[in-house]
Amino acid sequence: MDQILAANSALAATIGGVLIGLSAVLLMATTGRVAGISGFVSRLLPPYADDAFIARIAFIAGLVATPLIYSFATGHGIGISVSSSVPLLIAAGLLVGFGAVRGGGCTSGHGVCGIARLSPRSIVATLVFMATAVATVFIARHVIGG
Amino acid sequence: MQIIFSFVAGLLFSLGLVVSGLINPAKVQNFLDLAGTWDPSLAFTMAAAIVTTAIGYRLAFRNSRPLFADAFQLPTAKAIDIRLVGGAAVFGIGWGLIGFCPGPAVAALATGSTSAFIFVGAMLAGMFLARTLERPSSPSAPQTKI
Repeated sequence: MDQILAANSALAATIGGVLIGLSAVLLMATTGRVAGISGFVSRLLPPYADDAFIARIAFIAGLVATPLIYSFATGHGIGISVSSSVPLLIAAGLLVGFGAVRGGGCTSGHGVCGIARLSPRSIVATLVFMATAVATVFIARHVIGG
Repeated sequence: MQIIFSFVAGLLFSLGLVVSGLINPAKVQNFLDLAGTWDPSLAFTMAAAIVTTAIGYRLAFRNSRPLFADAFQLPTAKAIDIRLVGGAAVFGIGWGLIGFCPGPAVAALATGSTSAFIFVGAMLAGMFLARTLERPSSPSAPQTKI
Protein backbone atom coordinates (compact mmCIF):
# COMPACT_ATOMS: atom_id res chain seq x y z
CA MET A 1 0.00 0.00 0.00
CA ASP A 2 2.78 2.37 0.92
CA GLN A 3 4.54 1.50 -2.32
CA ILE A 4 1.41 2.25 -4.36
CA LEU A 5 1.01 5.58 -2.59
CA ALA A 6 4.66 6.40 -3.16
CA ALA A 7 4.39 5.51 -6.85
CA ASN A 8 1.26 7.64 -7.22
CA SER A 9 2.93 10.49 -5.41
CA ALA A 10 5.96 10.27 -7.71
CA LEU A 11 3.71 10.14 -10.77
CA ALA A 12 1.65 13.12 -9.63
CA ALA A 13 4.85 14.99 -8.79
CA THR A 14 6.24 14.29 -12.27
CA ILE A 15 3.04 15.32 -14.05
CA GLY A 16 2.94 18.49 -11.96
CA GLY A 17 6.51 19.24 -12.99
CA VAL A 18 5.69 18.77 -16.67
CA LEU A 19 2.76 21.19 -16.31
CA ILE A 20 5.02 23.80 -14.70
CA GLY A 21 7.50 23.31 -17.55
CA LEU A 22 4.76 23.67 -20.17
CA SER A 23 3.68 26.91 -18.52
CA ALA A 24 7.23 28.26 -18.71
CA VAL A 25 7.51 27.26 -22.37
CA LEU A 26 4.12 28.74 -23.28
CA LEU A 27 5.06 32.02 -21.63
CA MET A 28 8.42 32.20 -23.42
CA ALA A 29 7.01 31.19 -26.82
CA THR A 30 4.17 33.71 -26.70
CA THR A 31 5.42 36.67 -24.63
CA GLY A 32 9.20 36.11 -24.59
CA ARG A 33 9.32 36.22 -20.80
CA VAL A 34 10.90 33.96 -18.21
CA ALA A 35 8.34 32.47 -15.81
CA GLY A 36 9.88 33.95 -12.69
CA ILE A 37 7.22 34.37 -10.06
CA SER A 38 9.26 36.56 -7.72
CA GLY A 39 10.05 38.84 -10.67
CA PHE A 40 6.38 39.06 -11.62
CA VAL A 41 5.21 39.76 -8.08
CA SER A 42 7.98 42.22 -7.16
CA ARG A 43 7.43 44.22 -10.36
CA LEU A 44 3.84 44.85 -9.33
CA LEU A 45 5.46 47.26 -6.88
CA PRO A 46 6.97 50.56 -8.04
CA PRO A 47 9.18 51.63 -9.77
CA TYR A 48 7.75 50.51 -13.09
CA ALA A 49 10.30 49.98 -15.84
CA ASP A 50 8.13 48.59 -18.65
CA ASP A 51 4.56 48.22 -19.90
CA ALA A 52 4.01 44.57 -18.91
CA PHE A 53 2.08 45.36 -15.73
CA ILE A 54 -1.24 43.95 -16.98
CA ALA A 55 0.39 40.78 -18.35
CA ARG A 56 1.98 40.17 -14.94
CA ILE A 57 -1.37 40.70 -13.22
CA ALA A 58 -2.90 38.22 -15.68
CA PHE A 59 -0.29 35.55 -14.86
CA ILE A 60 -0.82 36.02 -11.13
CA ALA A 61 -4.60 35.94 -11.61
CA GLY A 62 -4.16 32.58 -13.34
CA LEU A 63 -2.02 31.37 -10.46
CA VAL A 64 -4.80 32.19 -7.99
CA ALA A 65 -7.63 31.04 -10.27
CA THR A 66 -6.64 27.37 -10.58
CA PRO A 67 -7.14 26.42 -6.91
CA LEU A 68 -10.46 28.33 -6.95
CA ILE A 69 -11.62 26.44 -10.06
CA TYR A 70 -10.40 23.17 -8.52
CA SER A 71 -12.36 23.78 -5.31
CA PHE A 72 -15.46 24.79 -7.25
CA ALA A 73 -15.27 21.77 -9.56
CA THR A 74 -14.54 19.15 -6.90
CA GLY A 75 -16.59 20.62 -4.07
CA HIS A 76 -13.72 20.48 -1.60
CA GLY A 77 -10.81 22.78 -0.96
CA ILE A 78 -7.14 22.05 -1.45
CA GLY A 79 -5.73 20.89 1.85
CA ILE A 80 -2.52 22.61 2.81
CA SER A 81 -0.70 22.27 6.08
CA VAL A 82 1.26 25.31 7.16
CA SER A 83 2.52 26.90 10.35
CA SER A 84 0.18 29.42 11.97
CA SER A 85 2.93 31.20 13.91
CA VAL A 86 2.59 34.85 12.94
CA PRO A 87 6.20 35.85 13.83
CA LEU A 88 7.56 32.88 11.88
CA LEU A 89 5.37 33.63 8.84
CA ILE A 90 6.42 37.28 8.85
CA ALA A 91 10.11 36.44 9.23
CA ALA A 92 9.98 33.80 6.49
CA GLY A 93 8.00 36.05 4.13
CA LEU A 94 10.45 38.94 4.59
CA LEU A 95 13.45 36.66 3.96
CA VAL A 96 11.86 35.05 0.88
CA GLY A 97 10.82 38.39 -0.62
CA PHE A 98 14.09 40.16 0.14
CA GLY A 99 16.28 37.23 -0.89
CA ALA A 100 14.42 36.57 -4.14
CA VAL A 101 14.79 40.17 -5.35
CA ARG A 102 18.39 40.42 -4.14
CA GLY A 103 19.32 37.09 -5.70
CA GLY A 104 17.50 37.91 -8.94
CA GLY A 105 15.04 35.04 -8.82
CA CYS A 106 13.42 32.20 -6.94
CA THR A 107 12.57 28.54 -7.35
CA SER A 108 10.81 29.20 -10.67
CA GLY A 109 13.08 31.77 -12.33
CA HIS A 110 16.41 30.27 -11.23
CA GLY A 111 15.39 26.71 -10.25
CA VAL A 112 13.41 25.88 -13.39
CA CYS A 113 13.84 28.43 -16.19
CA GLY A 114 17.46 29.36 -15.44
CA ILE A 115 18.71 25.81 -15.02
CA ALA A 116 16.86 24.81 -18.21
CA ARG A 117 18.95 27.45 -20.00
CA LEU A 118 22.08 26.19 -18.18
CA SER A 119 22.62 29.68 -16.76
CA PRO A 120 25.64 29.57 -14.40
CA ARG A 121 24.03 32.22 -12.16
CA SER A 122 20.88 30.16 -11.81
CA ILE A 123 22.75 26.93 -11.12
CA VAL A 124 24.75 28.63 -8.35
CA ALA A 125 21.66 30.35 -6.89
CA THR A 126 19.68 27.10 -6.88
CA LEU A 127 22.46 25.12 -5.20
CA VAL A 128 22.79 27.85 -2.56
CA PHE A 129 19.09 28.19 -1.74
CA MET A 130 18.57 24.42 -1.70
CA ALA A 131 21.49 24.11 0.73
CA THR A 132 20.32 26.85 3.11
CA ALA A 133 16.72 25.56 2.95
CA VAL A 134 17.81 22.02 3.83
CA ALA A 135 20.05 23.38 6.62
CA THR A 136 17.18 25.52 7.97
CA VAL A 137 14.76 22.58 8.09
CA PHE A 138 17.45 20.45 9.71
CA ILE A 139 18.08 23.00 12.44
CA ALA A 140 14.39 23.76 12.97
CA ARG A 141 13.30 20.12 13.16
CA HIS A 142 16.27 18.22 14.53
CA VAL A 143 18.33 20.70 16.53
CA ILE A 144 15.79 23.12 18.02
CA GLY A 145 12.63 21.08 17.56
CA GLY A 146 14.29 17.67 18.10
CA MET B 1 -2.76 38.35 -26.72
CA GLN B 2 0.10 38.65 -24.22
CA ILE B 3 -2.46 39.11 -21.47
CA ILE B 4 -4.49 36.05 -22.48
CA PHE B 5 -1.44 33.80 -22.78
CA SER B 6 0.01 35.10 -19.51
CA PHE B 7 -3.25 34.18 -17.80
CA VAL B 8 -3.27 30.69 -19.37
CA ALA B 9 0.39 30.20 -18.37
CA GLY B 10 -0.54 31.20 -14.80
CA LEU B 11 -3.40 28.68 -14.78
CA LEU B 12 -1.08 25.91 -16.04
CA PHE B 13 1.70 26.78 -13.58
CA SER B 14 -0.74 26.70 -10.70
CA LEU B 15 -2.21 23.39 -11.88
CA GLY B 16 1.32 22.02 -11.72
CA LEU B 17 1.67 23.29 -8.14
CA VAL B 18 -1.64 21.66 -7.13
CA VAL B 19 -1.04 18.31 -8.91
CA SER B 20 2.53 17.95 -7.61
CA GLY B 21 1.65 19.03 -4.07
CA LEU B 22 4.20 21.87 -4.19
CA ILE B 23 1.40 24.18 -3.03
CA ASN B 24 1.50 22.43 0.37
CA PRO B 25 4.25 23.80 2.67
CA ALA B 26 4.29 20.63 4.80
CA LYS B 27 5.18 18.58 1.72
CA VAL B 28 7.90 21.04 0.74
CA GLN B 29 9.42 20.90 4.24
CA ASN B 30 9.38 17.11 4.10
CA PHE B 31 11.18 17.29 0.76
CA LEU B 32 13.83 19.47 2.42
CA ASP B 33 14.07 17.24 5.52
CA LEU B 34 16.78 14.87 4.35
CA ALA B 35 17.54 13.68 7.88
CA GLY B 36 13.93 13.05 8.89
CA THR B 37 10.66 12.48 7.06
CA TRP B 38 12.24 12.87 3.63
CA ASP B 39 9.70 12.93 0.78
CA PRO B 40 11.71 12.76 -2.45
CA SER B 41 8.72 13.19 -4.79
CA LEU B 42 9.27 16.90 -5.38
CA ALA B 43 12.66 16.07 -6.89
CA PHE B 44 10.65 14.48 -9.71
CA THR B 45 8.67 17.72 -10.03
CA MET B 46 11.80 19.79 -10.33
CA ALA B 47 13.48 17.39 -12.77
CA ALA B 48 10.36 17.13 -14.94
CA ALA B 49 9.89 20.89 -14.98
CA ILE B 50 13.52 21.52 -15.94
CA VAL B 51 13.58 18.88 -18.71
CA THR B 52 10.24 20.07 -20.16
CA THR B 53 11.40 23.69 -20.10
CA ALA B 54 14.81 22.87 -21.60
CA ILE B 55 13.23 21.02 -24.55
CA GLY B 56 10.42 23.55 -25.00
CA TYR B 57 12.74 26.58 -24.85
CA ARG B 58 14.91 24.99 -27.52
CA LEU B 59 11.87 24.67 -29.79
CA ALA B 60 10.65 28.18 -28.95
CA PHE B 61 14.06 29.70 -29.73
CA ARG B 62 13.92 28.27 -33.26
CA ASN B 63 11.72 31.25 -34.00
CA SER B 64 13.53 34.55 -34.11
CA ARG B 65 10.97 36.14 -31.80
CA PRO B 66 8.02 35.22 -29.58
CA LEU B 67 4.58 34.90 -31.21
CA PHE B 68 3.13 38.02 -29.58
CA ALA B 69 6.13 40.15 -28.61
CA ASP B 70 9.06 41.82 -30.33
CA ALA B 71 11.89 39.90 -28.71
CA PHE B 72 12.80 37.23 -26.18
CA GLN B 73 13.69 38.94 -22.91
CA LEU B 74 16.39 36.76 -21.45
CA PRO B 75 18.35 37.71 -18.35
CA THR B 76 21.51 39.60 -19.20
CA ALA B 77 23.27 39.53 -15.83
CA LYS B 78 26.33 37.30 -15.78
CA ALA B 79 28.07 38.08 -12.51
CA ILE B 80 28.17 35.46 -9.80
CA ASP B 81 28.63 37.88 -6.93
CA ILE B 82 27.86 38.27 -3.24
CA ARG B 83 24.50 39.75 -4.10
CA LEU B 84 23.41 36.63 -5.99
CA VAL B 85 24.81 34.18 -3.46
CA GLY B 86 23.70 36.19 -0.41
CA GLY B 87 20.23 36.73 -1.85
CA ALA B 88 19.83 33.05 -2.66
CA ALA B 89 21.07 32.07 0.82
CA VAL B 90 18.56 34.36 2.53
CA PHE B 91 15.81 33.15 0.23
CA GLY B 92 16.55 29.52 1.13
CA ILE B 93 16.38 30.22 4.87
CA GLY B 94 12.94 31.79 4.48
CA TRP B 95 11.80 28.97 2.21
CA GLY B 96 12.88 26.34 4.74
CA LEU B 97 11.31 28.14 7.72
CA ILE B 98 7.75 27.86 6.39
CA GLY B 99 7.89 25.83 3.18
CA PHE B 100 6.48 28.58 0.94
CA CYS B 101 8.29 30.02 -2.05
CA PRO B 102 6.62 32.83 -4.04
CA GLY B 103 4.55 30.78 -6.54
CA PRO B 104 2.93 28.37 -4.08
CA ALA B 105 2.40 31.18 -1.55
CA VAL B 106 0.46 33.29 -4.07
CA ALA B 107 -1.52 30.28 -5.32
CA ALA B 108 -2.31 29.31 -1.71
CA LEU B 109 -4.08 32.66 -1.22
CA ALA B 110 -6.94 30.98 -3.09
CA THR B 111 -7.29 28.39 -0.33
CA GLY B 112 -8.23 31.19 2.06
CA SER B 113 -5.37 30.28 4.40
CA THR B 114 -4.67 33.14 6.82
CA SER B 115 -1.05 31.99 6.98
CA ALA B 116 -0.70 32.45 3.22
CA PHE B 117 -1.99 36.03 3.48
CA ILE B 118 0.41 36.90 6.29
CA PHE B 119 3.33 35.30 4.42
CA VAL B 120 2.55 37.05 1.12
CA GLY B 121 2.15 40.40 2.90
CA ALA B 122 5.57 40.02 4.50
CA MET B 123 7.04 38.79 1.22
CA LEU B 124 5.83 41.94 -0.57
CA ALA B 125 7.40 44.05 2.18
CA GLY B 126 10.70 42.17 1.76
CA MET B 127 10.57 42.67 -2.01
CA PHE B 128 9.82 46.35 -1.61
CA LEU B 129 12.76 46.74 0.76
CA ALA B 130 15.15 44.99 -1.63
CA ARG B 131 13.94 47.05 -4.59
CA THR B 132 14.32 50.26 -2.60
CA LEU B 133 17.91 49.33 -1.81
CA GLU B 134 18.56 48.61 -5.49
CA ARG B 135 17.38 51.95 -6.83
CA PRO B 136 20.29 54.29 -6.00
CA SER B 137 22.88 51.91 -7.44
CA SER B 138 21.13 51.52 -10.80
CA PRO B 139 21.17 54.79 -12.73
CA SER B 140 20.08 53.16 -15.99
CA ALA B 141 16.91 51.10 -16.34
CA PRO B 142 17.43 47.81 -14.52
CA GLN B 143 17.58 44.76 -16.79
CA THR B 144 15.37 41.77 -16.28
CA LYS B 145 17.58 39.59 -14.18
CA ILE B 146 15.39 36.50 -14.16
